[in-house]
Amino acid sequence: MESARSHRKSIANDVVSTLPLYRSAPALEVRLEDFTLFAMDRLRVLKGISDGLSRGKKTEEMEQLAKDLWRANMRHPQASEVVNKDIISHFVLRLVYCRTEDLRKWFLPMETALFRYRFRHETAEAQRSLMAEFDLSYKAVSNSEFESVKDKLCQVARSIGMSLPTADAIFYKVPFEEVPELVAGRRVFIHKGHAYVASTQVVSLVATQFRSHLSKALILTNRKWTSTIREQEKDRLAPIVEALCTSYLGPDYSQPKGFSEISLKDIDDLVKSSFPLCMRHLFEKLREDHHLKHGGRMQLGLFLKGVGLKLDDAIAFWKAEFSQKVGAERFDKEYAYSIRHNYGREGKRTDYSPYSCQKIISSTPGAGDHHGCPYRHFSEENLRAALNKMGVDGRAVENVMDKVQNRHYQLACTLTFEAVHNSSCDSGINHPNQYFSDSQKILQSKNHSDAKINKLGARENS
Amino acid sequence: MTREEVEGGRDEMEIDGCEQREANAIPEGFDANYLKIYYGKLFPHADIYKWMSYGNDGKHPGCDQSYFGRREFSFTLENDIYLRFQSFYGAYELENSIRENCPVKIDIGPVYSVDPAKRRAYAQTGDNVFTPVERELIFDIDITDYDDVRYCCSGADVCFACWPLMTIAIKVIDTSLRDDFGFNHILWVYSGRRGVHCWVCDGKARRLTNEQRGAIADYFRVYKGNENSHKKVSLTGHALHPFLARSYTEVLRNFFELKLLPSQNLFSTEERYEKILDMIHDESVKSELRGKWQENRRSTSKEDINVIRWEQLKILLQSGKQKGQGLRRGIEEIVFSYTYPRLDMEVSKHMNHLLKAPFCVHPKTGYCPLLNNSQYGLPSATLYILAFIFQLCTIGTLGVYPLKVALFSISSVLGHVCVPIDPKKCEEFDPTTVPTLSKLLQELNMEGAKSEVENDWDKTSLGKSIRFFRTSFLQPLLKSCKEEIESSYKTKLQHSKNSINW
Repeated sequence: MESARSHRKSIANDVVSTLPLYRSAPALEVRLEDFTLFAMDRLRVLKGISDGLSRGKKTEEMEQLAKDLWRANMRHPQASEVVNKDIISHFVLRLVYCRTEDLRKWFLPMETALFRYRFRHETAEAQRSLMAEFDLSYKAVSNSEFESVKDKLCQVARSIGMSLPTADAIFYKVPFEEVPELVAGRRVFIHKGHAYVASTQVVSLVATQFRSHLSKALILTNRKWTSTIREQEKDRLAPIVEALCTSYLGPDYSQPKGFSEISLKDIDDLVKSSFPLCMRHLFEKLREDHHLKHGGRMQLGLFLKGVGLKLDDAIAFWKAEFSQKVGAERFDKEYAYSIRHNYGREGKRTDYSPYSCQKIISSTPGAGDHHGCPYRHFSEENLRAALNKMGVDGRAVENVMDKVQNRHYQLACTLTFEAVHNSSCDSGINHPNQYFSDSQKILQSKNHSDAKINKLGARENS
Repeated sequence: MTREEVEGGRDEMEIDGCEQREANAIPEGFDANYLKIYYGKLFPHADIYKWMSYGNDGKHPGCDQSYFGRREFSFTLENDIYLRFQSFYGAYELENSIRENCPVKIDIGPVYSVDPAKRRAYAQTGDNVFTPVERELIFDIDITDYDDVRYCCSGADVCFACWPLMTIAIKVIDTSLRDDFGFNHILWVYSGRRGVHCWVCDGKARRLTNEQRGAIADYFRVYKGNENSHKKVSLTGHALHPFLARSYTEVLRNFFELKLLPSQNLFSTEERYEKILDMIHDESVKSELRGKWQENRRSTSKEDINVIRWEQLKILLQSGKQKGQGLRRGIEEIVFSYTYPRLDMEVSKHMNHLLKAPFCVHPKTGYCPLLNNSQYGLPSATLYILAFIFQLCTIGTLGVYPLKVALFSISSVLGHVCVPIDPKKCEEFDPTTVPTLSKLLQELNMEGAKSEVENDWDKTSLGKSIRFFRTSFLQPLLKSCKEEIESSYKTKLQHSKNSINW
């Protein structure tokens, strides 16, 4: 934890690498301004990475992006202070982002991603020394064992477009649990519970360890914060810590604000005018099939909650649809409870937040599902058809499809928004409820100006 | 999803199968009596207890006495009353509760950090102290997920032509779990109607995190997408990953060419072959084949038209590759689309997902799978009808039960028991001959007099399943659990000895 003791001690720079592992908080003195500024600089880097990921950038692009972001934001006039800034900013952000599950869920993957990209840029020697820090009993595969599995290793390499392992290639044999993403992507040969990891894939091993360590550290930090520090620091650090995170993540739409209370009779019009494509599709399928599978119910249900649909109206809405397929009684028995649960009226009463674009894009709709992001999950023809139905055609559709091909799904949605509403959306779409509220804002201001014009007209004519 | 799916841990949670229960007309009380007898005499309570304790039965000083009590069970009672977070101190309590409650369905959840019945006391601290700590690695394969590639049945129906899809799914996944992941204690169970469940019970598997489970599920995932997306199977690269290659050469290719092709008539109509043509990326190949097949309606050769057309397709695709058509593995993509296992990812990814316990009776199966419009109606269908009518007469309580309904919804009478499947002999498994509740009770009645048989279930066809469960799954599992407990106990003793030495 940060401490303002006068005990000064700067960290000896690692000879080989300047990539810290953030194992323990440094006993450093930090000025209050630096406390904030360093953290904000690092936050910019993490935010940039987050944006890049949600745009579906490939790994090489991300590595370059991370490098650029780091260079742009994490400099310091005194060269000797660069590493300190790195470390201090990390620990400050730990404090900021340890406090709720949502915050941790964002911070953990971003820091891990940052670490991973920086690791890849280190020299092989630096990487090896970093690996040693992790205290992992890696076994480099012996020559004889290598010979026995060489065929399979080559097969894997060919299947993922990696260069074939040469005779002197180093492979590490680790329990498969230590490289979950390599396993998930079928990028390693697995045999009897062991994965054969190429030296170019080592970053995966290290990143997993980094992440698990940071995850535990965040929980501990949270405990310390809640039990002692928050109170001690309530006049000094606490306000800074609280401000640092809310300024960034943006609204989560779990509590609908302002005008957004909608009633059932308005729904069909609202779907056409203000729903983003993902929700429109779900809604239409619901009307068509009188049913949606779990993923669809969650995505659409929480969205409707965020849009301002009250619980009773929600129940009436889903019941009207589902009872046409399963009957009113079965609806009451099997589905009503979970709607109440989504609204925080049952069980442990969590008020679940509507899903953000990032979450929706990364979902995996399967057979019979209709949730997910149409820009990502639909085939080209289906997407074009859907866009046409929304009233987007001609050149606008081509622009959207172009974004889709480059995997900029949120940009594609933004362009759709702009085409449908005939006005620009500078902030870009990050959340379906944001699409809805921005849409409503535009439509309502149009109504006001129309009303004004009518009034003017009336006045002139009178 | 039902209300069952939402309580509990931070992740959303689902239970399989609840969605597709069909409405049918059964006189009340009919099942309850049968179930009571089943739970009283046949359900293997003690075996389930032994399994779920994983060796922590109190006999060894290294046992964790709290282990069994931290496991969640859930009961679905008649009238859809649902009891979650049930937990028990031991075998006696478990059996007692099942017999008293007579649940229509029993689900098994994870082992939590604390006794589920006491979870409220811990939920307040907000520190996530009530959380799953162990859970078998589970898989759920449901034949309804294959509806777009089977023409014989749809929905909950299963027949001889499409059940083999489940068989090969078992083969592919089971081999990989053992050879690739090194798991040994794997139980496959018939889910009672239209699919199979898999329970991987090694200690390593039970302690996997959600992320690791997700990784394994993704490793197995090939089929992506649904009616909205286009490419559902995408296999690129100069070679297939060894796992996929092995699955293809050892199981999928032959199954596709020798069994599925003819039995599902995949090329026999335009609608069907268009589906396959849709999967081909090379436009010229597509149109050439289309042209050939549109003209050639009448088949001059005696060979199966599906086989002929498949050969034609293969030849064209292969020659295309030589022209440097690139990395699309067109033939494999088609075979994988039709045959590769389709898992329910959500079931496997979350520790807190509940799954139906083996040896449950599937409630109210609705239509008899034999009496659909499948071209594979079997002569034994008549036997079933006769058997049912016979039972109506003998039981007598159903005098008013409309005969018409009786002929076509041999429902509660055919409550299949969720029996284990031997992966080594999974081709022999026939879902239509799985013991049903009424059959078992009949057998019990008939053998009732014989007292030299120790267990009631041994008098019935359930005996075989229970014995298989014990010898090929439970006993090896318990042996390995005991060894684990023994060795970690020894290590602990060693440590404490070392720390005492100054």
